[in-house]
Amino acid sequence: MGMTLAEKILARASGKDQVVAGEFVVAKVDLAMTHDIFAAQVFDHLVDAGITRVFDQEHTVVVMDHLVPPSTTAAAEQHKRIREHVTKFGIENFYEAGSGICHQLLPERGHVWPGMLVVGTDSHTTTHGALGAASTGIGTSEMSYALATGTLWFRVPETIRFDLEGSLEEGVSWKDVVLWIAGRFGTDVAQYRSIEFAGPSASQVSVSSRLTICNMAVEMGAKFGMFAPDEVTADYLANLQDSGVVQGWQQRYDEHRVEPDADATYLAVHTVPLGEIGPQVALPHEVDHVVPVGEAAGTVIQQAFIGSCTNGRLDDLAAAAAVLKGRQVHPRVRLIVAPASRWVYQEALRQGVIQILADAGASVLPAGCGPCFGGHGGLLASGERCIGTHNRNFIGRMGSATAEIFLASPETVAASAVAGHIADPRELIGANTPPDAPSLGTREGDIVYATSHQR
Amino acid sequence: MSTQPAIKGRTWCFGDGISTDLLSPGQYAVDSLEVRKMHTLESVDPRFATDVQVGDVVVAGRDFGCGSSRETAPENLKELGVACVVADSFSRLFLRNAVAIGLPVLPCPGASDAFSPGCDIEVDLATGEVRNTEEGTLLHGEPLPEAMRRILYAGGMLAILKSDHPESLESLE
Repeated sequence: MGMTLAEKILARASGKDQVVAGEFVVAKVDLAMTHDIFAAQVFDHLVDAGITRVFDQEHTVVVMDHLVPPSTTAAAEQHKRIREHVTKFGIENFYEAGSGICHQLLPERGHVWPGMLVVGTDSHTTTHGALGAASTGIGTSEMSYALATGTLWFRVPETIRFDLEGSLEEGVSWKDVVLWIAGRFGTDVAQYRSIEFAGPSASQVSVSSRLTICNMAVEMGAKFGMFAPDEVTADYLANLQDSGVVQGWQQRYDEHRVEPDADATYLAVHTVPLGEIGPQVALPHEVDHVVPVGEAAGTVIQQAFIGSCTNGRLDDLAAAAAVLKGRQVHPRVRLIVAPASRWVYQEALRQGVIQILADAGASVLPAGCGPCFGGHGGLLASGERCIGTHNRNFIGRMGSATAEIFLASPETVAASAVAGHIADPRELIGANTPPDAPSLGTREGDIVYATSHQR
Repeated sequence: MSTQPAIKGRTWCFGDGISTDLLSPGQYAVDSLEVRKMHTLESVDPRFATDVQVGDVVVAGRDFGCGSSRETAPENLKELGVACVVADSFSRLFLRNAVAIGLPVLPCPGASDAFSPGCDIEVDLATGEVRNTEEGTLLHGEPLPEAMRRILYAGGMLAILKSDHPESLESLE
């Protein structure tokens, strides 16, 4: 019987020839990641259980990304405790504050490979399905168990497939596509399930945009969100090797890449007509409360945020810069930008993207999660509105319970920051497109981490 | 597998899409459990954390616990004394985390319409039966698979990890 991507990876990881949706398996974990919100607790649990080493040094990653830099003494103490644990457990893959967001660093520094089973103490761990990994979020107790034993239980999920067909119009980004999917199919369409993004136009999606799409899969309830590895994936990994980040990419790729069987069973297959999708906005307070930008246009905003593990990559900042070049952020709007990693920051500096953003009036934060999760770096007062490129617009997510959060593409957020209210970025297309940034709707292919910028 | 007695309690009712941001607000991410739990659901019901009694049952709509992977969401409820959460549907991560820390949960479509705040409720995790004992109505929830109930009854993942046989997870298959 044919298997989906999720079934194939869980079968391999649990040492079986075949698994079927609904089955429970205990699987070997290939990569485990925890970040500064939860790492201290994860290691505290291990110490408490008398465990002194993790299952696999090479495949354990700890990232300081949320409370960066610490805004309270309590946060600083937590960071200190994590560093002590990291030293004690001998964790080599430790990324200090300012390195970037975990979901940017795992693919940027060559930790994620196609076919891997990846767990992380962050719901957006689904992001790494962009490279064809089965990757999902877990809690702290489960991470302690996984780090101690190298295993974890999984229920093999049913799979829903979204077939991408046609081409995107100018001024429309893949964030708009995933928001459209959430709006059309709802936030529980993939509850307890896996999503495969496929179809004839999947090959048009860069790894960067696949990261954006798979990041949002969890907002539809998904356990995994995946693209099957293809030439786009291969090019990305080959480029990582050319940049000196990884070695032996071809062999690893050939050994571990997985494709769904032609006769695999899908719970549903939906077509996504790319040409019919315009810029989208998710209205407060649910991610599937999505409308075409025109229906939200004119809504006055006080803050705009460009960043996060969804849309804080180089092409995202460049797309925003393409809109902001030669323009000024509205005087009543605070535009906050947080690059997804130090490398993104450096590359955006080198390419002049940060200059454009700063000239337009943006405040640039250190590489990290920024205000996305509501910890610091741009919280909202009562009744305020923020439009952001991030992934959640829940009540109280970014401060006051009466603040309102709108989600959109970097292009739409940038256009809204200029207008002072939610605005359609297509109205600004054509004028003042900077020569050194990709033009709207025609984002370039992936630019990967380069040797010259390593720490 | 040992049978567990039905959970009997008094209801607190919430709507759809109760997120982990509501259950465990990000501003208190690094605060102690004692501080953090007192902010549970404060944006939707400021009285909840102070008035909830040990043994009370939370009844909610669809996609309960959506959002972040923060285990502090079920942990806050458990520490406040909540005996069980019954919801029309749960987010995957919340369900997993609740089981991982030993907080009983039961998906039960229609539950949110069947209860009002302060009702007497009876929940049988093994059969999935949910009773509104005041009105005499009976709903049929979806009991957790046996593998998950075993983790729940074992006291969660850390209890298994600290047991003499941490590898006993294998027997869940």
